[in-house]
Amino acid sequence: MTESTTIQAALQTIITALKDKPGALLPILHAVQDELGYVPVDSVPTIAKALNLSRAEVHGVISFYHYFRDTPPGKQTIHVCRAESCQAMGGKHLEKHIKESLGIDYHETTQDGKFSLEPVYCLGNCACSPAIQIDHDVYGRVSTDTFDRIINETEELA
Amino acid sequence: MSITIYVPCDSSAVSIGADRVAKAISKEAEKRNITIQLIRNGSRGLYWLEPLVEVLTEEGRKAYGPVQAADVASLFDANFTEGGAHPLYLGLTEELDYLKKQQRLTFARIGITDPVSLEDYIKLDGYKGLSNALNQSQGEIVKAVTDSGLRGRGGAAFPTGIKWNTVLNTPSEQKYIICNADEGDSGTFSDRMVMESDPFVLIEGMTIAGIAVGATQGYIYLRVEYPHAHIALNTAIQKAYEAGYLGDDIQGSGKAFHLEVRLGAGAYVCGEETSLMESLEGKRGLVRFKPPLPAISGLFGKPTVVNNVISLASVPIILDKGGDYYRDFGMGRSRGTLPLQLAGNIKHAGLVELAFGATLRELLYDFGGGSASGRPIKAVQVGGPLGAYLPESQFDTPLDYEAFAANWTVLGHGGVVVFDDTANMAELARYNMEFCAIESCGKCTPCRIGSTRGYEVMDDIIAGKELGRNIPLLRDLCNTLLNGSLCALGGMTPYPVLSALNHFPEDFGLNEKVNAA
Repeated sequence: MTESTTIQAALQTIITALKDKPGALLPILHAVQDELGYVPVDSVPTIAKALNLSRAEVHGVISFYHYFRDTPPGKQTIHVCRAESCQAMGGKHLEKHIKESLGIDYHETTQDGKFSLEPVYCLGNCACSPAIQIDHDVYGRVSTDTFDRIINETEELA
Repeated sequence: MSITIYVPCDSSAVSIGADRVAKAISKEAEKRNITIQLIRNGSRGLYWLEPLVEVLTEEGRKAYGPVQAADVASLFDANFTEGGAHPLYLGLTEELDYLKKQQRLTFARIGITDPVSLEDYIKLDGYKGLSNALNQSQGEIVKAVTDSGLRGRGGAAFPTGIKWNTVLNTPSEQKYIICNADEGDSGTFSDRMVMESDPFVLIEGMTIAGIAVGATQGYIYLRVEYPHAHIALNTAIQKAYEAGYLGDDIQGSGKAFHLEVRLGAGAYVCGEETSLMESLEGKRGLVRFKPPLPAISGLFGKPTVVNNVISLASVPIILDKGGDYYRDFGMGRSRGTLPLQLAGNIKHAGLVELAFGATLRELLYDFGGGSASGRPIKAVQVGGPLGAYLPESQFDTPLDYEAFAANWTVLGHGGVVVFDDTANMAELARYNMEFCAIESCGKCTPCRIGSTRGYEVMDDIIAGKELGRNIPLLRDLCNTLLNGSLCALGGMTPYPVLSALNHFPEDFGLNEKVNAA
């Protein structure tokens, strides 16, 4: 199967399961992103048709929410908290270190496709600041050293 | 007596090693041929002591912390399974000062048991409120909530009973209960704790709300940044359905209530109730004009109760012990308790639930123990990213909605973020404007354009450019945001910005204290 038919097959399953929910668009977009890692531009017409919406409406929703992305992410996504509590505990220094050691800025992916970097505005881990999240795992009291260690461990596992 | 050991499964505790500790304990016990029962409880909220390991003894639960995986062998050597002495030994958990000095009503059960055990929930007084509610008329339930004096804990502090009463008295064949679990306010985590550590209390509160106003469908709008809470809520909801606490016939009463979790997608503005409803309807989270009030025309145009997690989680105890019981805590028009969240540069970060009326200073020093860095506390931001920064001269403000409002500050959702004297308040003010620009829904001009112009002006101020012109420009801009925005995002961003400017003019390159806005 080509990549595009795989995407269409995944889409159809998701749409069939969720389209009758009231306010189905966000649940569908979440399911697509969970399954594929992003919401491909190609999926927009199919989703729009199933929900009787215009393509512009679906695109508008995808682009409104920070969480949805229309390009494939790196193998792992690192979310760095930029909010006040983390700033109060050296978050800006950590942020700089992370960007420098990965060689990328926010909303970018490393050349080798291993990591994507995204900002986040609070992970609710404020009692253990500064905090980052790698995929679904949250890390608290992260120093530049612990970040390096976590990344090394993650790379060894990969 | 069999050995029972507790290691929290709370995501914050896990973020600093609780899973590794749990694994190490199981492994070590096996190695030593000791049979243990390991329970993953919620967190007590004493985060500087996390991972906090507890052992059940005849005298009660004994605490050790903060425990790292590397400490586990030495804990076994010290016979901690029987409460043996060890450098990490803290005493009986219930006797820990930080916990003992609190008035935990909403958080009564939190951290004690396995969060998704329905049996444990019922054993610890769970579902007593619902059982009382099922024997009362709708009007009586609403009256109990009104009498309790409970006000919206999301931040706006609108009386919950009045909101419920409006929905009750608006005829409609379909009504909704929405739990606003989009806890986007930075520096806050009490909603997360409730959902991860006691999800049934939220489910019970929403069920009571549904019965009270005649709504049969509830939605929990949960932020996507809380994957642990998502799992806990879905597990608890499933168990509640299986046990007849949700569904078409709740505990044989003939009353129906259904509940579903919906995920947000990283938009801060969706914590605003009308934007949240747009999002639930599958649209961009644009703020709606009010009126109509959501209580009259809300989700899908139907009467809708939108309450914060803590508001709804406070309902079961009100229905269990009565509105008077809850109302007797607190001061002035702020009744009951507020779960405060101590965060940022503070030695003893954690969850402190207190009756309204204690002062910020007590919270910062008696509970918080001063700054984590050991340096003087310079400023405290209370109430999330739209809350004002308080300087030391305002630390004696009592924690009370009206007392805070009188200072041009807000209590909000109870987040308290501490900064030491290395913080630069102009940089923070710039960040506050930038945050508003990133999160603005774009519907109203003051917020959409003003926030971007705001951080541009702040860049110039930080660079020391034309302060005589730029400071008045910043004030003017804040005035426009304050008075011209459609919702609190644009309308309150001036709180942190102007409080930083007014209290810390030196950080903005000014020599003397400037007059309040």
